[in-house]
Amino acid sequence: MSARVTGGTALLVKNGRVIDPANGVDAVQDVLVESNTITQMDPKLPAPEGAEIVDATGKIVCPGFIDIHVHLREPGYEYKETVATGTRAAAAGGFTAVCCMANTDPVNDNRSVTDYILARARSEGVVRVHPIGAVTRGLRGEELAELAELAEAGCVAFSDDGKPVMNASLYRHAMEYVLPFGVPVISHAEDAHLTRGTSMNEGVVSTELGLDGAPAAAEDVMVARDILLAELTGAHIHIAHLSTAGAVRLVRDGKSRGVHVTAEVTPHHLVLTEDAVREYDPNTKMSPPLRTKRDTEALVEGLVDGTIDCIATDHAPHALSEKEGEFDHAAFGIVGLETAVAVLLDRLVRPGWIPLSTLVARMSSDPARLLNLPGGRLTAGAPADITILDLDAEHVVEPARFRSRSRNTPFGGWRLRGAPWMTIVGGSVVSR
Amino acid sequence: MPWTRKDLLAMRDLDAAEITLLIDTAASLQEIATREIKKVPALRGKTIVNLFYEASTRTRTSFEIAGKWLSADVINFSSSGSSASKGESFVDTAKNIAAMSPDVVVVRHSAAGAAALLARELTCGVVNAGDGAHEHPTQALLDLLTIREKKGHLDGLHVAIVGDIAHSRVARSNIHGMRKLGMTVTVAGPPTLIPPFVQELGVKVAYRLEDAIRDVDVIMMLRLQHERMMAAGLIPSLREYAHYWGLTLDRLQAHARPDVLIMHPGPVNRGIEISPEVADGPYSLILDQVAKGVAVRMGVLLLLAGSKTGEAA
Repeated sequence: MSARVTGGTALLVKNGRVIDPANGVDAVQDVLVESNTITQMDPKLPAPEGAEIVDATGKIVCPGFIDIHVHLREPGYEYKETVATGTRAAAAGGFTAVCCMANTDPVNDNRSVTDYILARARSEGVVRVHPIGAVTRGLRGEELAELAELAEAGCVAFSDDGKPVMNASLYRHAMEYVLPFGVPVISHAEDAHLTRGTSMNEGVVSTELGLDGAPAAAEDVMVARDILLAELTGAHIHIAHLSTAGAVRLVRDGKSRGVHVTAEVTPHHLVLTEDAVREYDPNTKMSPPLRTKRDTEALVEGLVDGTIDCIATDHAPHALSEKEGEFDHAAFGIVGLETAVAVLLDRLVRPGWIPLSTLVARMSSDPARLLNLPGGRLTAGAPADITILDLDAEHVVEPARFRSRSRNTPFGGWRLRGAPWMTIVGGSVVSR
Repeated sequence: MPWTRKDLLAMRDLDAAEITLLIDTAASLQEIATREIKKVPALRGKTIVNLFYEASTRTRTSFEIAGKWLSADVINFSSSGSSASKGESFVDTAKNIAAMSPDVVVVRHSAAGAAALLARELTCGVVNAGDGAHEHPTQALLDLLTIREKKGHLDGLHVAIVGDIAHSRVARSNIHGMRKLGMTVTVAGPPTLIPPFVQELGVKVAYRLEDAIRDVDVIMMLRLQHERMMAAGLIPSLREYAHYWGLTLDRLQAHARPDVLIMHPGPVNRGIEISPEVADGPYSLILDQVAKGVAVRMGVLLLLAGSKTGEAA
C-alpha cells in the first residue's frame, strides 16, 4: 500500500525519459532527490552513498500530477471518502497533489473547516491537499463566505462547485473581493433553471430514454455570463469541467479578447458521450452530463490548442446505495483519481489525439500555474513531487481494487494500456 | 418464430417479427373474453407479481384479469402500504421479490429505466407496464392490435399522435412499434411538448392540429398531465391548450378523413384534449383499446411464462 517508505534519504531516479514541459525538457535524464527536494538533473548522475535507486529505464518521468478538482468528502461524508482514502487513491492514480472542493458538511465556508481539512491532510494524507473555499455561506448563493480569512487559512481558490451562483450581482462581488488575493473563482457553470429536474444531456438519447435532458445551452449561458463578469471585474475566472463545444468556443473567444479566463476538462467528458447512458447505468450520471461526439471532439481540440488549460477529474465518490438504483434518483458524479491517467494514455495519447508532452503539461505545469501551487516542474530546488508513467503497462480496471472508499466508475472492465508506475511526494515514494 | 426473450421492456428492442408474434398471440386469445367460463389452464401453478409503484387502475386491473384468466396466481403489490413506503429501496424490494421465486413480474414505476433495472436483478421474466417517460410496450401492442382489427392491416397506415409527446411513454412505444411495422407517424403538439430531435426516431412533426390530422388513418390523442404543465412554463393555460389542441367534432369533420379512427390511452380529460362527442362518438376506439388490453397482456404473460401458445386454445 501507499505509505511514506523512503523518508528523508536520498533518491536517484535513473535512466527515465524526463518530460518537463515548464522547462522545455524531453530527454533521458537522472533526477536526484535529497531532503525532499530535487537537487540535480543530468544525463548521468552518480548515486550518493545510501541513496535508493529507482531504475526508470523505459519509463516517463514527469512533474507530479496535480488534480485541481476532487471531492474528498471529509468532513461529513466519510462513508463516501476520507482524506486518508482519497489521497491514497490520488497517489495510486499518479497524483502528487489534489485540490478539494468545499461541498462538505459542514461546508468549507469558514476557517475552522479549512484548518480541519489541512490537519487531516497532515496526519492522514499521503499527497498534498489544497482546500478550495466556498464562495457563499453554506453554498446557498445568498451571501459571501469569509473569503479573506479562508484565503489566509490556505484556500487556493473559491468555488460553490456542485451548484452555480445564480445571483450574478453576488458573483460579481465575489470576483471583486478576491482580487487582492490573486486566486481564481472557479465556476460550476450551469443555469439552474434550465437544468431543473434533468439527469442527462438533452438530445436524441434523452428523447429515446424518456429522461429529462439538460441542454448544452444551460452550460454555455453561464460560461458566457462568467466570462463577461470576469471582463467587468478583471478577476481570474476558472471554468470547471467544461463539457460543450459552445463553452470551448466561448472560452477561446474570451482568451483572445484578453479576459483572464481559464478552464479544465475531465477525462470522462473527453472520452465518453451520451450514448454511454443507454443502459441507465447510474455510473454514467454526472453534472455536467456526458454530451455528444461533436462536443468531445471540440474538447480534445481545445485541450490541444491550449483553450482548455488543464485536466481535472471531478473525483466524486458516492456509496453503492446512492448509485445502484433508478437513474433519476441516483447521485451525480463518478470517481476519477484512479482511472484518469490510464484512460487518457490509452484513449487519447496512444491513438495520437493529443501529444504525450501536452498531456503531461495539462496535468502538471498548467494546473500549478493556474492556482499558484508549488510543483509542476522538475527544477533543482523544486519540491520533489514526481509522477512516473509506464506507457506499456496493460491492465483491466477493477473497481473492487480501488483505494478510494467508493467504486462509482463507468470505466470498470476497461482494458487499458499505459498507467502510472510510481508516485513520489516530497521525495517519498507514496505509490509504486 | 418462437419467442426468445426473458423480458418485455421496450418496443425499441423488438423487431417486426417479434411484434407481429405478440399481436398474433393476443389476437388468438381474444375469444376467451366471450366464453361463459373465462379461464384456461395455461399458466396454472405460475406466479405473477404486479409491482406497481405508480397509481394505475386500468393497466393493473388489465394485467390482473389477464393473469387470472390464464389460471396464474396473481399478487398485487403497490407502493402505498408496502415496504416502499417504509423506505426500502427499489433494488432491495426487487431482491426480496426474487427470493419468492415468481415467474413473471409486471412493473410500473415513475423512473425511466426502472424495468430494465429490475430485469437485470431478477432471473424471472419482467414486463414493463410503464417506466417514467420511457416506454409502455403493452399499450403500444394493444393499440396496434386495435388498429389492425379495424383496418385489416398496419403497413402503409398513417397515424397522428397528438399532445404531450415529450412526457409520454405511450408515444415512444407507439413510435417505435409503428415505424417497425411500416407505418407513417406524425407527432403534433406545441413545440414545448415535442421532445428534442424526435425526427431522428423517424417521425414527422406538426405544430398545428389541423395539419396533423389531415389525411391520416388514425388520430391518437394523449392525456395532458395538466398538473405540471403550467408550473413548468410549458403551456400558458388549459383554456388555450383546449382551444388550439382539443379534438372537437367541428375540427374533425373539417380537417380529417371521414373514416378516421380516434384513439386515446386514457384516462381521458374530457373537454381538454378531446371533446366528449368525439371520445364517445362513432369514430372512437377508446373502449376497444381497453378490451384488447386484456388479450395483449394474456399473450405477453403466456409468452414470457414459458408456456406454448397452443395450450391456451
